[in-house]
Amino acid sequence: MAHLQMSAAKQIAEIVERYKNEKTPLMLILSDVQKEYGYIPLEVQEFISDLTGIPVSEIYGVVTFYSFFSLTPKGKYVIGVCLGTACYVKGSQLVVDKFSELLGIKPGQTTDDGLFTLDVLRCVGACAIAPAVTINGKVYPMVSTDKVAGIIQEYRTKEANSND
Amino acid sequence: MIKIKNSDELIAKVRTCATCLENKIHGTDGKKAIVVCGGTGCLSSDSAEILNRFQALINEKGVEDKVTANVVGCFGFCSQGPFVKIFPEETLYTKVKVSDCDEIFNKDVLGGEIVDRLLFIDPLSKERVKKQSEINFYRLQKRDIALRGNDLINPENIEEALGDGSFLALNKALHMTRQEVIDEILKSGLRGRGGAGFPTGRKWQFAYNVDSDEKYMICNGDEGDPGAFMDRSIIEGNPINVIEGMMIAGYAIGAKNGYFYIRAEYPVAVERLKIAIRQCEELGLLGDHILGTDFSFRCHIRLGAGAFVCGEETALLNSIEGKRGMPRPRPPFPAVKGLWGKPSVINNVETLANVPYIIREGADHYAAIGTEDSKGTKVFALGGKVNNVGLVEVPMGTTLRQLIYDIGDGIPNGKKFKAIQTGGPSGGCLTEKDLDTPIDYGSLIARGSMMGSGGAIVMDEDNCMVDVAKFYMTFICDESCGKCSPCRIGTKRCLEILEKITSGQGTMEDLHELKELANVIRTNSLCGLGQTAPNPILSTLASFEDEYIAHVVDKKCPAHVCKSLMQYYIKPEACRKCSLCSRSCPVNAISGVVGKEPYVIDQVKCIKCGTCLNSCRFGAIIRK
Repeated sequence: MAHLQMSAAKQIAEIVERYKNEKTPLMLILSDVQKEYGYIPLEVQEFISDLTGIPVSEIYGVVTFYSFFSLTPKGKYVIGVCLGTACYVKGSQLVVDKFSELLGIKPGQTTDDGLFTLDVLRCVGACAIAPAVTINGKVYPMVSTDKVAGIIQEYRTKEANSND
Repeated sequence: MIKIKNSDELIAKVRTCATCLENKIHGTDGKKAIVVCGGTGCLSSDSAEILNRFQALINEKGVEDKVTANVVGCFGFCSQGPFVKIFPEETLYTKVKVSDCDEIFNKDVLGGEIVDRLLFIDPLSKERVKKQSEINFYRLQKRDIALRGNDLINPENIEEALGDGSFLALNKALHMTRQEVIDEILKSGLRGRGGAGFPTGRKWQFAYNVDSDEKYMICNGDEGDPGAFMDRSIIEGNPINVIEGMMIAGYAIGAKNGYFYIRAEYPVAVERLKIAIRQCEELGLLGDHILGTDFSFRCHIRLGAGAFVCGEETALLNSIEGKRGMPRPRPPFPAVKGLWGKPSVINNVETLANVPYIIREGADHYAAIGTEDSKGTKVFALGGKVNNVGLVEVPMGTTLRQLIYDIGDGIPNGKKFKAIQTGGPSGGCLTEKDLDTPIDYGSLIARGSMMGSGGAIVMDEDNCMVDVAKFYMTFICDESCGKCSPCRIGTKRCLEILEKITSGQGTMEDLHELKELANVIRTNSLCGLGQTAPNPILSTLASFEDEYIAHVVDKKCPAHVCKSLMQYYIKPEACRKCSLCSRSCPVNAISGVVGKEPYVIDQVKCIKCGTCLNSCRFGAIIRK
């Protein structure tokens, strides 16, 4: 609690309040918090526990069970490589490996500069344009390994320009 | 909006809306209608901007009274998207770009002249095809049950759904007794479309028979099979149809509340469902005393959070209840003790999308479609190594050959067909010898696969079946919830053996152990996920044992996929000594002398990345 800023505490309290008439609101609360802050650290779980009376052990159990909830913050750009079957049979594992190699991180990790997180996804339903890569929601169709460097550079350039 | 208070008002409203929709299709009001595909595939290829451009053009030219433009669900022919269709001529334009909009608008919409270059080209006759119905991909399909309205109505406008006949089935059901509704579904032969194929009517009957002050209807939209997107498209394209199906089910079993459990990965589907629910409430079609009867019903949405196991019905219940999504032992079955301990029926999205059709047209009419053991149609997400990738709805009994070659137009690049995987991580691979198998629940199981939720991934000679089994096992290991040990530990051990085999360390004992382990997992796991988890291994072992043996005995991967079993060679006689490969090699494993000595790959240093193979312009580098 000590680490939680007043503004965040207020907003989280609002989210909890939003679902007070629901019989079992935990998933709803966590989804909203994840969406708002990008992660759900232990302090926040403790705070939700104080507000709802749900034991923090139970909340932690739920947060760690679902892949959408994260305990640590994600990078500014979240790269999601689809590893659905349609993408896989068209070589998306090689695309994951290439991103890994060029960024120096494994899937699930974030680069030290906080710029990129590499995730593998289970089917984004864009099977017709396999292999598909999404970056903060934007879909890149038919990504082959030789396109990977260019995609990363696109965001590095964007970042360099915004810092100017 | 004015509330619809009874059956007569509904019928009057449907009639008015039907006229509007007719006008749109046939241009009887003198207007042209532009519709743009709003499926996820097309949206990722800028279909939203295409629609914006058309709307801007309508404003610019001041032709609001002559032309309309709006979004529709999904045309299903994803490899040819984005689609633009012009009514009343029904001209279908494919692979449209934002930069094509002005030409389509000026030439066709205003000028009445077809833009030839954007028409679909028939791969056989090489002729340009003008209408959707004339394209082979659509010819064998029956897209008016589960995918009803998908490429016609605006999914964000309930009036178009009403114009297409939505809620007439609910109206009819409300004039029947609850038992009569269940009898009708039983008679139709409808079976669950989520994978297992349990008769829907029987599920409803169980819940109907239980006395309880509260019952729940749940729609399972946690479509987790990687490579399947039927449910998403159905909700995105016609959310009202699914809501109506759920309401009919709710009426039949005696539920007042319905929950949609949808994957969080499907934001468009969730948004359209929210809009549809709100519009139903505004019209009084959801709420208290629907159509002036005693039937009251409300719909709620719950989002998944990325756990495949939540597609299992009892795990899904736990997830709605705010717990870890782990399955519960059955019995008690959800129909007796489900959500919050109350009788609940959980039906898949596609199953519910079939219900209004059955009630509206009658069970006999529905049962006339399909085969003896499987009635109606099935939607498949056809993908992988097939020319026509997309969403198809075919009558049960269609053969795999028709699906792959007639609708799917065969394998690209002249490659050879190897297998089609149905049923996702729970299913199996079917091969050449199974191609004339009619698609129905029984036939697919008899051949070692299953219907599953509708993923159909085609593989060609370049796919390694051991690698495919490893892919599914990796998926299952990630997604096993960990509650029971056969699934938690067994799948991990299976994966380790597969990794051993694909890295060239496998033995014949490993193959034996793999089979044994697979059978233990199948018979001892708690839920459907574990019980079906070994299927990809067992089915590939059954059809492609020689490929496993090649990995184990010859230490070769015949499809050249498994890196550890592969070597790159430069044919000295073909090498032009240009040094390009050497310069592109990331680990300096290639040496030679420019113009003098042919280049050679150091097999110890080589990381098998394949860069040299792609860089060589003379075809001197080969994989072994």
